[in-house]
Amino acid sequence: MQANTTSAPPQLAVHDVIVRFGGIVALDGIAFELHKGQILGLIGPNGAGKTTLFNCLSRLYTPASGDILYDGTSVLSKRPHEMPAVGIGRSFQNVALFQRMTVRDNIRVGAHAASRSDFFSDALHLPWVRRQEAEVDATVSELIDYLDLGDVADLPVDGLPFGTRKRVEIARALAAKPGVLLLDEPAGGLNHDEVGELGRLIRSIRDDRGVTVLLVEHHMGLVMSISDKVVVLSFGRKIAEGTPAEVQQNPDVIAAYLGGPAE
Amino acid sequence: MSVNTTTTDGSQAATGSAGSVKAVSLPKPAAASSNAKIMRTAGIVLLIMGLAAPFMAGNFLIFQLTMMLIYGIAILGLNILTGINGQFSLGHGAFYAVGAYTAAIMMDQFGVGYLWTLPVAGIICFIVGFLFGLPALRLEGVYLALATFALAVVTPQLFKLSPFEHWTSGVMGIVISKPEAPFGLPLNPDQWLYFLTLAIGLLAYVCARNLVASRTGRALMAIRDNPIAAGSMGVNTALFKSLAFGVSALYTGVAGALGAIVVQYISPDSFTFTLSVALVVGLVVGGVGWLPGALFGGAFIMFVPNIAEELSKGLSGAVYGAIMILMMYAIPTGLGGLLKAALTALSKRSKTR
Ligand SMILES: Nc1ncnc2c1ncn2[C@@H]1O[C@H](COP(=O)(O)OP(=O)(O)OP(=O)(O)O)[C@@H](O)[C@H]1O
Ligand SMILES: [Mg+2]
Repeated sequence: MQANTTSAPPQLAVHDVIVRFGGIVALDGIAFELHKGQILGLIGPNGAGKTTLFNCLSRLYTPASGDILYDGTSVLSKRPHEMPAVGIGRSFQNVALFQRMTVRDNIRVGAHAASRSDFFSDALHLPWVRRQEAEVDATVSELIDYLDLGDVADLPVDGLPFGTRKRVEIARALAAKPGVLLLDEPAGGLNHDEVGELGRLIRSIRDDRGVTVLLVEHHMGLVMSISDKVVVLSFGRKIAEGTPAEVQQNPDVIAAYLGGPAE
Repeated sequence: MSVNTTTTDGSQAATGSAGSVKAVSLPKPAAASSNAKIMRTAGIVLLIMGLAAPFMAGNFLIFQLTMMLIYGIAILGLNILTGINGQFSLGHGAFYAVGAYTAAIMMDQFGVGYLWTLPVAGIICFIVGFLFGLPALRLEGVYLALATFALAVVTPQLFKLSPFEHWTSGVMGIVISKPEAPFGLPLNPDQWLYFLTLAIGLLAYVCARNLVASRTGRALMAIRDNPIAAGSMGVNTALFKSLAFGVSALYTGVAGALGAIVVQYISPDSFTFTLSVALVVGLVVGGVGWLPGALFGGAFIMFVPNIAEELSKGLSGAVYGAIMILMMYAIPTGLGGLLKAALTALSKRSKTR
């Protein structure tokens, strides 16, 4: 995986991104690259700035300085709702589904950016929107099978088990056919078996669907077993970057995780 | 593991803006198809009753039934905004008034045929609603309710202003003549207007249903449930919220135009704040988010004040209020919620058997 990726230009490049919240510097000059077909693990203690970085990548936050390039083009002029079309999809740390809608409809919303329509055509249910709906439904059904959501597909999301809702979120993100998928702690709240399954799923998303993955996760077993590269953040700074093996031996990383002085 | 992130994740700030309105979502488990059958049968029975009614009722009752349908159309519009998109409005009486004045002025000043006034009223109200929706984007919950309240209070006053008096006749109002049935149909004017309203109401309902089941409708509901996640899925939330305001106003404006034609008279005092409140009451009684509820909401705001009047002439307002409070306690999620509970109980019973 590593060999052929270093020569190609990166699919996603983060250049010296700085984000401040009042006095807090949540991201302090973060830079790294993500190559097509990689799984990059982004780790760091609580409050390190991982979610803040995700929010920059999906344009919910705007960095004070620095740049974010997707396929060589800056995305900072884009608005959040334009990001699926750019190719960046995401899941949320705290699961942000549409509670009162069914699983199927949640995933259909994921296909919003990949389809077109207007109020008028939709209200009259014109033939061309019907054809498009059929295409969307085919995509959605395939994802429901892929994520094993068949039994709950037509139930409202509200009240489903946490693990199931996490899978719905991944399905929803995949419905937009992203080039890069941002997963924010997908293993949070899952049991041992579910984490194993999730690992296989993330690999399959990369191998079978050709999606590059940026994975934020506290579950070290998962990150170290599936990542090609790991970036470590602590207090808004990148303290290490390398293969899982390299990172695990890095004294700064060990210090950060043991709660010792970071500098 | 992650304890200090309560404000950092986008999803946290993203609870739906209609959080305090209990919306109806019908159950969709295994019993869904049998429930759908029950609903369809009920719909057909209602439609047959609706078609037969004008041949059995007196003219005044026909007029009342027509008004019930008109309020139903207006409430349907409000439901698209509140139930589907999660935005409040205490100001839909204003759109109703704009629709009514559009129709009346077109007929009175320009001699336009009454049927033509309906699409024009719809388009004008769509534009007004959309333009109102744009700044309203910054407002949520109570603030949006206040802004729409202001709209409802100000709009009737605008029609009294002297610069517009030439068209609106100020406080005097405008008298409209009642249209006859076309093509020599053997219907009296009341029956004709009833059927016209019924046809428009059905069209409005079918369009609303299509909309809700479409890409657009899903985007609107996604915004209601979680605006930040909706945006991250590619929904242009600002545009869709404004469009929802526009479409909602379109429905209510067409209802207002029909109302003007049916009542044959409008004046600024026909559209006080009470009308806006009545529409919200109708919405809640029918069931927020449940489209057929609009019909029952329309019936409630048309007939219940009359019943209250009969119960006590002097205290009709108080009686009406008491009935509303009782309704809220008995069925807080409206008729839609009641129906949902009944259907769920039914399907549970048939499952255990
Ligand atoms: N919207 C915000 N306003 C103020 N401070 C914020 C905001 N978002 C994040 N922060 C702060 O920025 C820092 C980084 O937070 P972030 O959520 O990115 O961490 P994280 O690495 O995702 O942590 P966790 O592993 O707990 O999810 C924290 O100190 C947090 O309190
Ligand atoms: Mg986080």
